[in-house]
Amino acid sequence: MSHTVLQILLAAIVVVPLLGAVAALLPAPPGLKGRSPEQAVLRHGVTVTGVVLALSVALAAGFDHGHPARMQATTDVGWIPALGIRMHLGVDGVSLPLIVLTALLTFLCALYSYGSPPRERGTDPKAFVALILVLESGTLASFAVLDLVLFFLAFEMVLVPMYFLVARWGGDGRERAAWRFILYTVLGSVVMLLGLLLVGIKGGTFDMVALATDNGSKLSHTTQLVAALAIGVGLAVKAPMWPLHSWLPDAHTAAPTTGSVLLAGVLLKMGTYGFVRIVLPVTPDGAHSLAPYLAAFAAVGIVYGSLVCLSLARSGAKGDLKRLIAYSSVGHMGFVLLGIATLTPTGVNGALFANIAHGLITGLLFFLVGAIKDRYGTSDLDTLSGATGAALYGRAPRLGGLLAFGAVASLGLPGLAGFWGEMLAMFGAFRPADGLSRPAYLTFMVLAGLGTLLTAAYMLVVVRRVCMGETTQEAPVVADVRTYEFAAWTPLAVLTVLAGLWPAALLGLTDPAVQQLLRGGN
Amino acid sequence: MGSLVQSVDWLAIAPPTVTAVVALAVLVADLFLPDARKPLLGRIAVAGLVLAGLSLLPLLGGDRSTFCLTTGTRVCSYTADHFTLVIQFLVLGGALLTALLSFSALDDLELPHGEYWFLLLSSAAGAALLPASRDLATLVVALEVASLPAFALVGLRRGDSRSSEAALKFFLSSVTATAVTLLGVSFVYAATGTLHLAQVAEGLTHVDPRLATLAEAGVALTLVGFAFKTAAVPFHFWVPDTYAGAPLPVAAYLSVIGKAVGFTGLILVTVLGFPSYADVWGPALAVLAALTMTIGNVAALRQRPERDRSAVRLLAWSSVGQAGYLLVPIAAAGYAGGPGHAIGSTVAYALMYAAVNLGAFAVAALVARTSPGNRITDYRGLYARRPLAALALGFFLLCLAGLPPGVIGLFAKVTVFTAAVDAGLGWLAVVMAVNVVIALYYYLQWTAVLFKPAAGQPAGEDAEAPQAPRSTGRIPLPLATAIALAAALGIALSGAPQLVLRFASGALL
Repeated sequence: MSHTVLQILLAAIVVVPLLGAVAALLPAPPGLKGRSPEQAVLRHGVTVTGVVLALSVALAAGFDHGHPARMQATTDVGWIPALGIRMHLGVDGVSLPLIVLTALLTFLCALYSYGSPPRERGTDPKAFVALILVLESGTLASFAVLDLVLFFLAFEMVLVPMYFLVARWGGDGRERAAWRFILYTVLGSVVMLLGLLLVGIKGGTFDMVALATDNGSKLSHTTQLVAALAIGVGLAVKAPMWPLHSWLPDAHTAAPTTGSVLLAGVLLKMGTYGFVRIVLPVTPDGAHSLAPYLAAFAAVGIVYGSLVCLSLARSGAKGDLKRLIAYSSVGHMGFVLLGIATLTPTGVNGALFANIAHGLITGLLFFLVGAIKDRYGTSDLDTLSGATGAALYGRAPRLGGLLAFGAVASLGLPGLAGFWGEMLAMFGAFRPADGLSRPAYLTFMVLAGLGTLLTAAYMLVVVRRVCMGETTQEAPVVADVRTYEFAAWTPLAVLTVLAGLWPAALLGLTDPAVQQLLRGGN
Repeated sequence: MGSLVQSVDWLAIAPPTVTAVVALAVLVADLFLPDARKPLLGRIAVAGLVLAGLSLLPLLGGDRSTFCLTTGTRVCSYTADHFTLVIQFLVLGGALLTALLSFSALDDLELPHGEYWFLLLSSAAGAALLPASRDLATLVVALEVASLPAFALVGLRRGDSRSSEAALKFFLSSVTATAVTLLGVSFVYAATGTLHLAQVAEGLTHVDPRLATLAEAGVALTLVGFAFKTAAVPFHFWVPDTYAGAPLPVAAYLSVIGKAVGFTGLILVTVLGFPSYADVWGPALAVLAALTMTIGNVAALRQRPERDRSAVRLLAWSSVGQAGYLLVPIAAAGYAGGPGHAIGSTVAYALMYAAVNLGAFAVAALVARTSPGNRITDYRGLYARRPLAALALGFFLLCLAGLPPGVIGLFAKVTVFTAAVDAGLGWLAVVMAVNVVIALYYYLQWTAVLFKPAAGQPAGEDAEAPQAPRSTGRIPLPLATAIALAAALGIALSGAPQLVLRFASGALL
């Protein structure tokens, strides 16, 4: 495919959702009115996200897989000459999978909302669809831009729709959770902005590619350290890294199903992507100095997340299933951060793989938990399981089976997507980059290994309590997987299996790009 | 030896002159118009401001000077250069938006039409004259022309004790500041023997050693007067009470044009008049900037949303905080080699601030029509009642905070920030960053309130029941135009920030 076509594809991927968001707010044109205004606008959401997904698949198809390290589909036009800020877009092997994942998850969310419209408090589905589309545009933009300031803008653009999704369509405690979410991430990203400005002013450009090629040669060690710390804090809030994670469980618990799926599946990835795209290549010395601390926090996060999940899964703990999945995200993102902190190609590749795997698996789990909450009216584990267990296998076999599938994928069963990323991250920690303390990293690796055991433990407890149990006759009938749910979930399950069986497809894309980023962009 | 009579370039002085002439015309017309036709005066005033704004267009071609000395060095008292035109545009545009806000407030508060429009236009004429003045006498006269009508405007609500108190507070502190400025100017004149800024700058480099102390005292005292107008700490105490007591459009006017006047004066005096004392005023302004933004933002943070007039008070304190950011590049100009660059950052920031702050006041004026208490809690559920106004206010607040989608607010802050870093004022940049974060909190909180579902009828609502029919009415056209204009400006600038940021990249002045 020619360069121009790719250029247009990438630009369209970012712009189409925005246009779609505006169109969603306008009255539907004649001929597209549908059965009701609600139905029409939800269908509009499916159409637009579907188009974006098709565009991103076309982009992936047109992408030159022989040279995934090269920036492709690049557009570079001036925007604010006064500050040297340019509209610079492009994709390489690192960002392409994330773009496709984002487009896919948003499409599935739109599909799911079409089948199960947001009914809470009679709110307007127009605003809902528009917000989802703005969210999609912001996320896609943050993976596609190659200018530090644009990255910040895209990063921030996501907050507004997410805030409203939680605050208006969320469950109990939504206002507090939304406020906490926005406060944490805004404060984090302001610190990040300072770091980005420091890099931009001292490095003489905001262009990520140019800065990566310089590989920190224009920045003094102190500058790099301060910049890496500032940028790292902003990204770590988003990722989230223990101990900056405390906004996440509340936001997830309160968010509507689609909000949770997008938050876990896509938004968290922006944090880890930023580490790989900005911190590692632009401030290599700073990253090198801070990597052991990042790895330590990541290892603590893995164990902490698993322990919290274990305590939530105990019977009598009044654990909320959504909250549990949220804490399991803290653990999984810990693996991603550990992989990045090894500064080795193996570790970073593992991190990127785990990123995608987490997006697929946790996305699926949040969908499933949302469906369970819809059916039972609660996601409280004790209420759900009662005395013997919720017995989903018996009462809704497909739903139970999918939940068990998601759980074993999440605990990292070999052959499924969850396995490779975490294994590679630990493998990277076994032999970290030169100059990093090997004994320390071996300790982190052991901690991470302990985390996988704990993860297996709580996931199996969840499966036992939710899926197994005795089916009693008087219990209310639970609907099994409906058609729209099937449509929304199958792709995730299939991709989880595919990524687990054929990891080379993904690693082949990321590896050359990662090698180049770690080497300094050339 | 040529004639001592100075020639006048009428085109160059058109912007302030047109404004002043229209002001007089309004005053005279007020005498002859019957009460029923008084609203006509407002239209004349708006037309006059538009005309004055249009008179800027022929001046774009190049620098023009007038009121020049006919002998000797031929320095001029009035210069219409790039800097002047930008500030005049800001002043006239700001006055226009204020005028649009005023229509409904005039009726609601039963203010006297003729006097109001005359005072507003007179003050705007002074403010438009100020950026063009190039000698200390013209500068002080312009400053007073801009300020004196403002005192009267603040106290225009007859029989309202709060309004009178605000006016008195404003008047006393302002007059003291002017007296101090005049004393400073006289010292500078004594030390250098001239009032023209260019000659003062030259004269100050070789002051008679016996007069050195006098010159230093003169410089310091002159700056104090201008610092007062900008509401820089410690001269800020009049701001919250004055804003809360004044009619809302007047508060909006003071927060934008009042500040612009102070800043322009400060820039002219420091950069053009006292460059040789940069090592004195540079650090002093840096400290002032840090104090101003910190105290303004901390005070804004402490505003309780349920308190009476908390919305205006919050805007007042936040404007003190914003004044701190505006001071940063001026302080940086004391360090940098080319002050024009740093000054451009202030100008760019001031343009952004003018548009969005007036916009925020416009929405506040709209809300004040239905809930005169103007508490932040009154904004709860505004999105449900008036979605567009709520979206506009949310946008203005995010611009002030510097968060997307208020892109222009973010970039204006970035230029100010860059100016500080370039001048080596790293500590000031850090103070500013902390302040931006503090400010984020209260701006975000207010924005969040807009979109919360409205609570049940607040207790105070019943007391306003007689005015209820107005609450359901449409937005008055001038007010809607003001909000729309400010929002359009903000959005246009967010899409193409280069429109104002180019001032920051090129040398201005």
